[in-house]
Amino acid sequence: MPVKLVLRNKEYEVKAGMALLDALKKCNIVPESVIATRNGEVITDDEILRDGEVIKLIAVISGG
Amino acid sequence: MMKCKKCGEKASVNMRQHRMALCREHFLEWIPEQTERFIKKYNMFTRDEKILVAVSGGKDSLSLWDILVRLGYQADGLYLGLGIDEGIHYSEESHRLTDEFARKNDLKLHVVNIEKEYGHSIPALSQMSHRGYGKPCSVCGLAKRHEMNRIARDLGYDVLATGHNLDDEAAVLFGNTLHWASDYLLRQGPVLPSSDGLARKVKPLCRFYEREMAAYAIMREIEYIYEECPFAAGATQVFYKEFLNQLETVRPGTKLTFYLRFLEARQSGALFIQRDAAHAHIRPCEKCGQPTSAPGLCSFCRMIEKMNVAVADSLPEDGDDQPYEE
Repeated sequence: MPVKLVLRNKEYEVKAGMALLDALKKCNIVPESVIATRNGEVITDDEILRDGEVIKLIAVISGG
Repeated sequence: MMKCKKCGEKASVNMRQHRMALCREHFLEWIPEQTERFIKKYNMFTRDEKILVAVSGGKDSLSLWDILVRLGYQADGLYLGLGIDEGIHYSEESHRLTDEFARKNDLKLHVVNIEKEYGHSIPALSQMSHRGYGKPCSVCGLAKRHEMNRIARDLGYDVLATGHNLDDEAAVLFGNTLHWASDYLLRQGPVLPSSDGLARKVKPLCRFYEREMAAYAIMREIEYIYEECPFAAGATQVFYKEFLNQLETVRPGTKLTFYLRFLEARQSGALFIQRDAAHAHIRPCEKCGQPTSAPGLCSFCRMIEKMNVAVADSLPEDGDDQPYEE
């Protein structure tokens, strides 16, 4: 089953077994601009994505 | 698995610019420790002084308030109601979250509503004043600076603290550098000293990446306004931040170096000083006679000399290569 990355209202699907960093790059998401959480816990970008899981991405940029 | 540098447990945050990963527990200790270090390093304030923290309901300002209180500083909050709605009740929600944070932590919060105070909300003031090319951001910035200073002064606070992080500072620096805005560049820094009628302004979070502040707020379970200000979409500062983050991804530490080297240059007085070539300390190299600013040998001759010494050191001494005789 694919892994879902959710950023604001957008969903991205990637293959399980990838490192989070590679998944972000594949989805054209700048790793420095997000924090990734698994079940509410902040995770580092070397984490290997697991079958069928949902990773919530939190955008960090604010300003204007 | 990435491990915490302090305890070896599984890390939660990796700070590539410091080549350091930390677990939740140690990250939540490290942030206030470092904040304290920056407060002292830049002489921002002491524990005897009264601090007014400008809080917007966002991750940075609420985290700053949280950190200062955890460190034992006398910090009260100031929330400015800007009257931004745009169909998402932006100001109302940010006020609610700020209020809730203050109540939960038993902190003193001053609230000033721009519309009540001056008769018009920020978007209305912007429209009427024709400032800011159709966007209220410049009026908003102007009003915030004015009101924050007024309240800090009127209520007798020694210092006004804002939640600007390193990404904010680097984006402003980048914009000012692109425009060679020398006046602004010379003023930018972690501390803006008080002067006639102006309160001292400090930015205790100015050396943390925005990503670290978001991680701090999440880990401390601080409920902050996640929605962006509806007027921030397409803002130049956001564009600069995204651009700098792309650089940071490829070259970790770019943002930190950009900001810190700027502070060093500013402090040393090296920014924007007209250098007169005739008075510069140029002298002939002792060896080759070519002009150099270095004392003694020029860089090239120093390099050659070093290389010759290294080659000489690697040669066998006399007799070393003689066959061994019993």
